[in-house]
Amino acid sequence: MTDTTILEINNISVVYSDVIQVLKGVSLVVKRKSITSLIGSNGAGKTTTLKAISGLLKPENGRVTDGTISYDGAAIQNHAPEVITRKGIIQVLEGRQPFKYLTVEENLIVGTAVRWREPYKKDLEMVYNYFPAIVRRRKMLAGYCSGGELQMIVMGRALMAHPALLLLDEPSLGLAPMVVREIFEIIKKINAEQGTSIVLVEQNANMALQISDYGYVMENGKVVMEGAARNLVENPDIKEFYLGMGASGVLKSYDDVKSYRRRKRWL
Amino acid sequence: MNFFLQLFINGISIGFLYGLSAMGFVMIFKSSSVLNFAHGELLALGAFFFLAMLTWVKLPVVVAFLATLAACFILGFIIERFFLRPLIGEPLIYVIMLTVGLASMFKGIMLLFWGGNLQTYPDFLPAFLGIEWHVINIPPVYTAALIIGIMFLILFGLFFKYSSQGIFMRSVADNQKAALSLGVHVQRVFALSWAIAALVAGMSGIVLGIINGINVHDLSAIGLKVFPVVILGGLDSIGGAIIGGLIIGLLETFTGGYISPSLSDVVPYVILVIILMVKPYGLFGLAEIERV
Repeated sequence: MTDTTILEINNISVVYSDVIQVLKGVSLVVKRKSITSLIGSNGAGKTTTLKAISGLLKPENGRVTDGTISYDGAAIQNHAPEVITRKGIIQVLEGRQPFKYLTVEENLIVGTAVRWREPYKKDLEMVYNYFPAIVRRRKMLAGYCSGGELQMIVMGRALMAHPALLLLDEPSLGLAPMVVREIFEIIKKINAEQGTSIVLVEQNANMALQISDYGYVMENGKVVMEGAARNLVENPDIKEFYLGMGASGVLKSYDDVKSYRRRKRWL
Repeated sequence: MNFFLQLFINGISIGFLYGLSAMGFVMIFKSSSVLNFAHGELLALGAFFFLAMLTWVKLPVVVAFLATLAACFILGFIIERFFLRPLIGEPLIYVIMLTVGLASMFKGIMLLFWGGNLQTYPDFLPAFLGIEWHVINIPPVYTAALIIGIMFLILFGLFFKYSSQGIFMRSVADNQKAALSLGVHVQRVFALSWAIAALVAGMSGIVLGIINGINVHDLSAIGLKVFPVVILGGLDSIGGAIIGGLIIGLLETFTGGYISPSLSDVVPYVILVIILMVKPYGLFGLAEIERV
């Protein structure tokens, strides 16, 4: 492990309820201050990988049974989330999960739980700077906010914790294309300005790879392909299976339906 | 009219006490989904501890009161730490049965030390707290209950609304998974809920002890009144608990005053059944399917 690496996952297996094996030997490396994407179809194990890092497997009766996760050189697999969050790893859960009966600002304040003795006024300002859309909602119950605003709230709340490594699980889920673009621009900006390392799990592979430095493709609990994001975008397999384009790079159309389907060569 | 006014004020003061102890009950339920069947015993423990501080240790009233509150607070922490934490991850019904066991244990301890007879506090409330106006005659203890009730209500309101810990506690009640993901110490929140619940129960126990005398069985039976109160208000609503408490308190005193004192213990449960038929989730409860 070198200084430029913030997180290194080495061949981990994850088992839920002692029987259901979800990850079968996943290894990946996250470089400091980089954006790393994890793409793949549903059930590939992307979310489980994030939960293995953040310690949130435990409440779901999951466990890392094999392999190591090292963060800043120290092993953190199977540690409690209270411990891992205090080391600077914060996960933004899939499906947004706001505190519905708390106001927007109170939602943000919960983000200071890992360092609650310190003042947080400046951080509120920082978050409102990144997400100006939620400023006028400050005193409103989060339950009444729109999907895009909720995504901003949960990302803002994670930023309040000053994470060194931010795990984003499907930030684009169920959002309008314009809002998705806005969210991704903000992710890029946070990465550049705060120097936060980001692991991004996405179905929207195209958007994710555009802002990422490096990407991993997962399938059936394994990493099947990896590479610099700009190379992945050019890869014909990726184009066909994850970007919705023909291998030639043009958008698929019914005009050129082929009688055969491209095979996933790595399976 | 005067009689009505007197009953009204009595009912409000008793109602505040019911509401406050129900609030503790709701807090535990909201944060950890545990129904605390030992709530009445916590109430009685508070009353007896205060008695011990007054008569055995002979502390001044205010010091004894504060010492009791502190002891109850610590007791809540201890209960969570030693009895409930080992059961985290076990089915909820085990935890609820554990609270039933705790109730018997506490009852046994109190009977061992103080016996089953009715005891009373020495008279210490200053007479100026009593209100006499025309035919209205409100004993000092009701005024004191009202003052203490409102004070605690404001204090907890401020705590939950503005302090970081209060906001963390509400976040756990709201969405435990999200709270975990942000590093909120969920177990600490459980412990704090138990501590605050025990503190408030102990406080109510003292005041009810002044009104009715101190007896293990009576006080823990009063603790059971949190059930009609919280079910009336909705199991998951703190505001509902207070309002439910006021309603039950008023109903009780009015029944006692206008119909018959012996009916006053029955009426809350009758109302409870009616409310459950009309609004199964209580007046302010959320219609979620997560019941025990």
